[in-house]
Amino acid sequence: MDREHMISCITEWVPGAKAEEGTEWTTLSIPGESWPELAQRLRDEADWQMDFLFCLTCIDWKTHLTMVYHLTSTRHRHILVIKADLPADDAVIHTASHLWKTAIFHEREVFEMFGVRFSKHPDLRLLILPDGWEGRNPMKKDFEDPVNMIRM
Amino acid sequence: MHEVLGTTTDGDLVINVGPQHPATHGVLHLVITLHGETIRKVDPHLGYIHRSIEKMCESLTYRQFIYVTSRMDYLSAHINNHACALCVEKGLQVEVPARAQYIRVLMDELTRIASHELWWGAMAMDLGAFTPFFHAFRERENINDIMEETCGARLTMNYMVPGGVMADIHPNFQKRVKSFIQLFRSKFDEYNEMVTGNIIFQNRMKGVGYLSAEDAISYGCTGPTARGSGVSCDVRKIMPYELYNQVQFDEILETGGDSFARYMVRLREMNESINIIEQVIDNIPEGDYQAKTKAVLKLPKGEFYTRVETARGELGVYIVSEGGTTPYRIKFRSPGFSNLSALDHMARGSKIGDLVAMMGTLDLVIPDIDR
Repeated sequence: MDREHMISCITEWVPGAKAEEGTEWTTLSIPGESWPELAQRLRDEADWQMDFLFCLTCIDWKTHLTMVYHLTSTRHRHILVIKADLPADDAVIHTASHLWKTAIFHEREVFEMFGVRFSKHPDLRLLILPDGWEGRNPMKKDFEDPVNMIRM
Repeated sequence: MHEVLGTTTDGDLVINVGPQHPATHGVLHLVITLHGETIRKVDPHLGYIHRSIEKMCESLTYRQFIYVTSRMDYLSAHINNHACALCVEKGLQVEVPARAQYIRVLMDELTRIASHELWWGAMAMDLGAFTPFFHAFRERENINDIMEETCGARLTMNYMVPGGVMADIHPNFQKRVKSFIQLFRSKFDEYNEMVTGNIIFQNRMKGVGYLSAEDAISYGCTGPTARGSGVSCDVRKIMPYELYNQVQFDEILETGGDSFARYMVRLREMNESINIIEQVIDNIPEGDYQAKTKAVLKLPKGEFYTRVETARGELGVYIVSEGGTTPYRIKFRSPGFSNLSALDHMARGSKIGDLVAMMGTLDLVIPDIDR
């Protein structure tokens, strides 16, 4: 599937979707609330079949957070990047773990590192950080650690 | 809240495996719920060796951050460096000289063999056979010596840099690699004799830890773990980088989906890597080993993602640049992290004695998972 076709399809499904220019792979920004519906379609529609979520991560822009989903199809081999901006103070997005099970771990990591809450996630708790860790999210730009060196 | 150690209300037993356990090959902590000997649930607790490499990289320059990545998957140090170098080169739009590309592919494949050798020895040791470990290390030692001669290091090489490789290969390199190929070929049958054909070993591996192709994809498994379930996912084939579209090699696929299939994939991959090395070793072109780059690298504003095939699967390097000398955000999509997430699914319903065999065939390297 080529870039134009991908963009026109998704902008039709998701009214607020915006394509990014100058990216290696087709990249679209969508409103966070349309993610679960779009994700379902991307995985299930016959000419998309995005069955492999090969990267799920988050970027802290200080003013807001951006969730980034890298998707590909093991059948068609096309790659699509979906981004969703979330407000920094109340970052909530629907989980993708019911569609791609790899998201169970990846979302747990983003949850503890960036403080994004994934609604309907089956098991949203700390993964890498020690038990009892509360509040501060280490991968956020404003994180400071008085004891350990986190900056060179 | 996670399970508390002891007995649950159903009479199930909750126990710890690790973080200090010889079969987890590092500080992996599994909390296992057992019903008799049957596994009900495996809950990995990570982070014992978490160094927050991603955060550290945010304050390192594009030349510096590559050195940290050798410490992620230390058995694939070359390939980690390679992935980062490729990503920076993509941003800089630097063309890598042909000589450097050849050297990189050679080093990658040698690394893959060395990593699989270690896995093979450790895997057999997990199942109680001690001798294969020494056999594997006997051959692996040769690769380490070759690496040491050229890179000056045996484990954390830091040899690949943006634009090419750090130094030219040692004058003995080609000769020694060729003699290693001969040595490996002469010893490889021993591996099959000693372990693969062993009936006790086969009984412990076949039908254990089944992972279907759909689940392998859904859990984001890559590398030999997914290829053992028949999922074609070799990045060298689907998105070739460097020379991989010019050399002849097969993507090794097995359809069993069990521990034995994953074992066979890795074993056969070693042979395939030797084939690649054989095609490349005599054809290293003359010329520069490094492209000319500026002393201070600045990536343009934007995002860059590279995928490479490490010994464990697909490593993704995702750099978000704001145009400065350091990355704004960097994400390492490590193969072990996703492969481990499938362990719970694979292990449920199996006997606890088989868990170690399953973990062995996932080829977990803990620093790669924790980062």
